[in-house]
Amino acid sequence: MRMPIRSLVAGVAAAAFAFAAPVSAQQKIKIGFITTFSGPQGVMGQYMKDSVELALDHLGRKVGGLEVEMIYGDDQVKPDVGVQVAEEMLKKHQVDFVSGIIWSNVMMAVMPVVTGSGHIMVGSNAGASPLAGSQCNELYFSTSWNNDQTPEAMGKFLQDSNINDLYIISPNYQAGKDMVAGLKRYYKGRIVEEIYTKLGQQDYQAEITQLRSKNPKAVFVFLPGGMGIQFLKQYDQAGLRDQLPLYSVYTVDEISIPAVKDAAVGIYETRYWSPDLKNPANQRFVSDYRKKYGKLPVFYGAQSYDSIMLIDSAVRAVKGNVKDTKGMVAAMRKANFNSLRGPFVYNVNHHPIQNFYLLRAEKVAGGDIEMHIKKTIFEKHKDSYYQDCKMKW
Amino acid sequence: MLVLLALPPLVIALGQPFYLDLVRRIMILAIAAVSLNLILGYGGLVSFGHAAYLGIGAYAVGILGFYGVTNGWIQWAVAITASALVALAIGAVSIRTSGIYFIMITLAFTQMLYYLGISIAEFGGDDGMRLNAKSQFAGLVDLNDPVAFYYVVLLLMLLAVFLTYKIVKSRFGMVLRATKSNEARSRAIGFSPYPYRLAAFVIAGAMCGLAGALYANHTNYITPGLMSWQQSGDIMFMVILGGMASTAGPVLGAFALLLVEDLLSGWTQHWQVILGPLLILSVIFFRRGLAGVLYKPDA
Amino acid sequence: MTFALLFEQLLNGLQFGVMLFLMAAGLTLVFGIMNFINLAHGSLYMVGAYLAVAATQWTGSYVLGVVLGLAGTLVVGMIVEVVALRTLYERDHLDQVLATFGLILFFNELVAIIWGRAALFASGPAWLQGQIDLFTGSRYPLYRAAIILVGLVTAIILWYVVTRTRLGMLIRAGASNRTMVAALGVNIRLLYTVVFGFGAALAGLAGLMAGPIYNVQPGMGELILIQVFVVIVIGGIGSIRGALVGAIIVGIADTLGRAFLKPLLGTLISPPAAESAGPALASMLIYLLMAAVLAFRPQGLFPARGG
Repeated sequence: MRMPIRSLVAGVAAAAFAFAAPVSAQQKIKIGFITTFSGPQGVMGQYMKDSVELALDHLGRKVGGLEVEMIYGDDQVKPDVGVQVAEEMLKKHQVDFVSGIIWSNVMMAVMPVVTGSGHIMVGSNAGASPLAGSQCNELYFSTSWNNDQTPEAMGKFLQDSNINDLYIISPNYQAGKDMVAGLKRYYKGRIVEEIYTKLGQQDYQAEITQLRSKNPKAVFVFLPGGMGIQFLKQYDQAGLRDQLPLYSVYTVDEISIPAVKDAAVGIYETRYWSPDLKNPANQRFVSDYRKKYGKLPVFYGAQSYDSIMLIDSAVRAVKGNVKDTKGMVAAMRKANFNSLRGPFVYNVNHHPIQNFYLLRAEKVAGGDIEMHIKKTIFEKHKDSYYQDCKMKW
Repeated sequence: MLVLLALPPLVIALGQPFYLDLVRRIMILAIAAVSLNLILGYGGLVSFGHAAYLGIGAYAVGILGFYGVTNGWIQWAVAITASALVALAIGAVSIRTSGIYFIMITLAFTQMLYYLGISIAEFGGDDGMRLNAKSQFAGLVDLNDPVAFYYVVLLLMLLAVFLTYKIVKSRFGMVLRATKSNEARSRAIGFSPYPYRLAAFVIAGAMCGLAGALYANHTNYITPGLMSWQQSGDIMFMVILGGMASTAGPVLGAFALLLVEDLLSGWTQHWQVILGPLLILSVIFFRRGLAGVLYKPDA
Repeated sequence: MTFALLFEQLLNGLQFGVMLFLMAAGLTLVFGIMNFINLAHGSLYMVGAYLAVAATQWTGSYVLGVVLGLAGTLVVGMIVEVVALRTLYERDHLDQVLATFGLILFFNELVAIIWGRAALFASGPAWLQGQIDLFTGSRYPLYRAAIILVGLVTAIILWYVVTRTRLGMLIRAGASNRTMVAALGVNIRLLYTVVFGFGAALAGLAGLMAGPIYNVQPGMGELILIQVFVVIVIGGIGSIRGALVGAIIVGIADTLGRAFLKPLLGTLISPPAAESAGPALASMLIYLLMAAVLAFRPQGLFPARGG
């Protein structure tokens, strides 16, 4: 029994000495950015990081006039790793802000940790509904959206277009069900069938066969990431792309389009932003992104860019005194920065009130495929949960 | 010796509070690894579904908390009991098979639990659920205090190692190990492996359930991902890496794997391309795992 | 539910089964003959897909891309076997699991470093696009029909090699009694390398065929790996016949389950309950199937080991 203890001591002592504590001077601000870098979803993290770096370039590598150090963390799509990374950022690196996070479940775990330590968290993707509702927090701001808003927009469009006999496919997990619930909040037409597929499923041929036999007039899907890429390819191979209109959310975007190419042409999405949205900040962002990285930015990146700009506006407002949390919160509420989506106003729950557009993937001269805005569906849309939020200001 | 053990953690606690959390997480997973080692290393039962008990223990705490029961004693007792019962059920069916078939059956059960977990909306489904309050042990210890929590975990980990050691050295343990090394011969002597294996399986499950309860308190957040086969694989790797030769081997394995992961991911986002070959090399050169490097294994 | 629908779903199941078979055949041979658990089999599948895509882009021809992809995977497989795996044959299964897991991590990152993490664009050749008309009146993607064809042809070739050639005889002998084969003076090392290479090529074939319909991205192998393990457990370790039967059973069961389980349940219990129970049950189906098979025949359907 002595032996194991000895080796235990060796191991723990080694750990203690392996990590010397770095102490930093407080003349610069530190921002922690948590996203996913490993695994297939790492591509989203890469786009987000690239956008953050571009934002820093545009700010002259200074946030609020101060030198900035960005610390990136990888949550590996796991809430517990996200928490560990957040703790490392707060306690070891002593960051002033934490931002980022793609996944709702990671966000739900991390947000209390960050706000609980008295720091401001700027979420730049995850849009879990409790955070817009009952669990809204003075120190939590979102530069993205609430999950339900995007399918709500699609639902409204389908309803207003009098489209009936809709076939719905969504993965069988919380977000998958939320998307359909959001759709149905505005869409009251006839639904032929609602299919929930396995999370991570690769082959949709069975579902496509099933779909065809029911003769729907339109199909709605929510299939993010790899699932969507596979579905789009298979939908096209079954000859349905030209025959049966496909409406999706979080499925066709600048990341999935290069992987499927022509299979994406003609498909509709709803979103609050698109690369072709015409305002000076966005036009600059898109063209500089193209110059620097050789491709179009994606909405995950646009949100991350905005999160840096939001933080910058807050630090500027308190003249660099990042200890003045109350002052920064007040400044963030004003959202005094040029958002890539145009006019940016916060709702009482610290989620943006924004427009939603109908987008379509189209081929342009030169053979590339891009998302273009076709029409505006919602103007200054509020999410459906803000009334559960108890904050008043 | 035990005093020596308590000192280093104190040093860390004074210097860098983050490491308290890191080491605590490692120790909790080490408990899970130690429990797996009982059946895997000593019993020869390669269970790919061990993470299921992490999940059961964690959800026991979470679900009870959801319904307002925050008494730590009750929560943890339920975590251990529930895990033991599920282990009994799964074990009763699976232990009739052996080898790769046993691996696959345990894997299958875990997958089923995982998919079940994702589809239940009340407890968050795939998004997981938050723990609103830590387990309450009124008067005895406050788990909200990071240092106190740390020592609780440390104590429990040492207890787990000690308990496993005692089991392995006992008559029960000897029969278990005999059935692993030569099943035919142990039958010939008159021992049926089945009840011994099942008992070990249940004990391992219960211990892992406790680790799950601790884990829930540590992250304050519970997701079905805790029950996935990837998580099972992680625990298994800790056991294999640390060496199945000793009761404390898994602890070494847990520390090694998680510390290296933390260190490497700080360097580069492509850390897995380094970790992969490291694992391969460690398998090729450390025949008995890391524990085998540090001292001679018990037979 | 019409006959046309059922038939088309059966075809889908068959096609999925064929892909599983290509993967399972290699894996079961390696496990049966070399007694080696290779978790990195999925990585060879991935390598096949990536090499084929890269070769197609480089040469501009789909056929050349396929040939080069296959050859490349064969080479990679043999290199891996000689460099990393040879020392592990005598070791415990668990050590093999850990080492091949390390291989998975390595290959996934390597592929990400070379090609990036984003899914690659992979399309079949123009002459395989479009649909064919089935006798039932519905239309079926030509590419998938081609997969079924290729898979069945491969199965026939494998059957021929295994039952009618000397190599096949050695493989079957090795699967049922390895020590005896070595004792009879056969160059076991060479046999192992050949078998492993064979398995790698089969996995690569599955990968490059899967490219156009599934995702070509890091980690694509692990998604299918569990199902492949289920197949070889059901079919019996070391048996190609078992792999084929097991694969088709799993493919059809999974596909039909996903398609028909919910409506079927809806007739027995209330529709809202069937809403959530259906998909959940469908995902568990292949595991339940495996448990059922093992309950009746613990060695799988066609075990290669005698006695």
